[in-house]
Amino acid sequence: MKVAVCIKRVPDMEMRFSIAGDRKSLDPSGLKYEMGDFDGYALEVGLQLAEKQGGEVVVLSLGPDAVQETLRKGLAMGAARAVQLKTDEVPFDGLAIAQALAPELKDGGYDLILFGRMATDSANGTVGPMTAELLGLPCVTAISHLEIADGRGTARRELEGSAETMEFPLPAVLTIDEGIARPRLASLKGIMAAKKKPLEVKPAQLGEARLVVESMALPPDRPPGRIVGEGADAVPELLRLLQTEAKVL
Amino acid sequence: MPPVLAFAESRKGELRKVALETVTAARQAADGSGGGEVHAMLLGGQGIAERAAELGRYGADLVIVVEEAALQHYNPEVFTATVAERLRSGGYRAGFFPASAQGRDLAPRVAARLKVSLASDVTGLELQGDSVVARHPAYTGKVIVTLRLKGTPALLSLRPGSVTAVEQPRTARIEKMAPAMSPADAKLKVTELAQRGAAQLDLGEASIIVSGGRGLRAAENFKLVEDLAAAIGNAAVGATRAVTDDGWRPATDQIGQTGRLVSPDLYIAVGISGAVQHLAGMRTAKTIVAINKDKDAPIFKIADYGIVGDLFEIVPRLTDEIRKARKDH
Repeated sequence: MKVAVCIKRVPDMEMRFSIAGDRKSLDPSGLKYEMGDFDGYALEVGLQLAEKQGGEVVVLSLGPDAVQETLRKGLAMGAARAVQLKTDEVPFDGLAIAQALAPELKDGGYDLILFGRMATDSANGTVGPMTAELLGLPCVTAISHLEIADGRGTARRELEGSAETMEFPLPAVLTIDEGIARPRLASLKGIMAAKKKPLEVKPAQLGEARLVVESMALPPDRPPGRIVGEGADAVPELLRLLQTEAKVL
Repeated sequence: MPPVLAFAESRKGELRKVALETVTAARQAADGSGGGEVHAMLLGGQGIAERAAELGRYGADLVIVVEEAALQHYNPEVFTATVAERLRSGGYRAGFFPASAQGRDLAPRVAARLKVSLASDVTGLELQGDSVVARHPAYTGKVIVTLRLKGTPALLSLRPGSVTAVEQPRTARIEKMAPAMSPADAKLKVTELAQRGAAQLDLGEASIIVSGGRGLRAAENFKLVEDLAAAIGNAAVGATRAVTDDGWRPATDQIGQTGRLVSPDLYIAVGISGAVQHLAGMRTAKTIVAINKDKDAPIFKIADYGIVGDLFEIVPRLTDEIRKARKDH
């Protein structure tokens, strides 16, 4: 079983963000970065499959040299090798990214290509299914359960109020929702071994960006709320406000 | 003006609320930029054509019906081929999808098939000449990105609840269309569609959500939240990640960056402190009420109305008062 896992380096979402002078990017000063939340789950799924069924996991990331840190983390968790598709800037357009990933993945002989359900920074969730489409591979998005046997897979995805089970032949592209498998922590041994594992750097051949960022802004503050009161005695006043002022009850 | 296309999502032969929102958004976008027809696209199993007239009520001039027994369940490949074919041949300015589980699966495939732009999880938009401008919350909702989509058709998926479905009645023409690929040729098949819970109202469909956090202390205390939702009627129950991680509620109830993103008219947060990850999923609610014992909890910074105190006293009282108020009417 050969598994590719595409991971993204994203800012730590707990940080306070501010907008840069160009009004269309984040001010990078003071930001800390990490592997995207869902990408961690995808990598864990890939590692467990390779452990159970034999085979190897390759981690890929598109971006500037700083993504090598994220790739090394993937190697420390257990991936066998890493590929950086090098570009100074990661476009916001998922299709431009998918067009760079697809040729790299096409001839890799992968049985499974895994992505996180979405990157937590751009929050688009498009690169996985777009890459599948460009490769002509079956794809199940946002899966919460997976079984692979005899060259076929069964995956479950949660819908609003129900769940869909899908069957598909390999090779396939899957995007992974959280909760499917808790990402392991890299061991000290893993971290040491990662330094010696191969990390290949190739130029990214990005597609044309048809979706471009015009501006970024912090969301408007909600109008200041108010504390209606303390304890159960405040309930009648709350109810009155919801009925007559907010008009939502 | 060239037409715009709205994908009308259905499940088990019924239109979903997001279908009406998608058609409404397409109607408003067209009317706000020189007019032009709205075409709704409805795919499903036997009997789905009966749902077409309702799309006319929400502003569709034409409903393209793809009725095929094998499309009773969502089929990503057949849906992609068929919607892409229609967008390709119909000269559309834009294509609208819901940013639902199905829409977020379908729209990227269609965009890649056609090599056109797609903005995801959009909360506001404007058609401008031959490009589209869309707003999209990113970075766990902490940054609003304004995007320009170049080329036609530009595709957008709309955050559920960000548009209110409005009737703009007309008698829609009906056009039957065959699937652009045979369902028998699809590699991927939906083998099961399992309904969860007993007719529980879905978080994305509910205009009111009552949500609980760790402050409830134990799984069984969620009954307080359920009782409040039941007293309100037409309200859904949500939870924080801490609560779903602990198994007090199913993972599918989670509201937040890694769970559901919701925009109800009223969001009542019970025993929720307001972690970044949770706020990302509900900060676009129109009215937010917080009930929490800690007056410094971050939830009070974004709540319109707050009560500080013991939720085990406040919530039952609120449930009682609402029941009484409902009886008087």
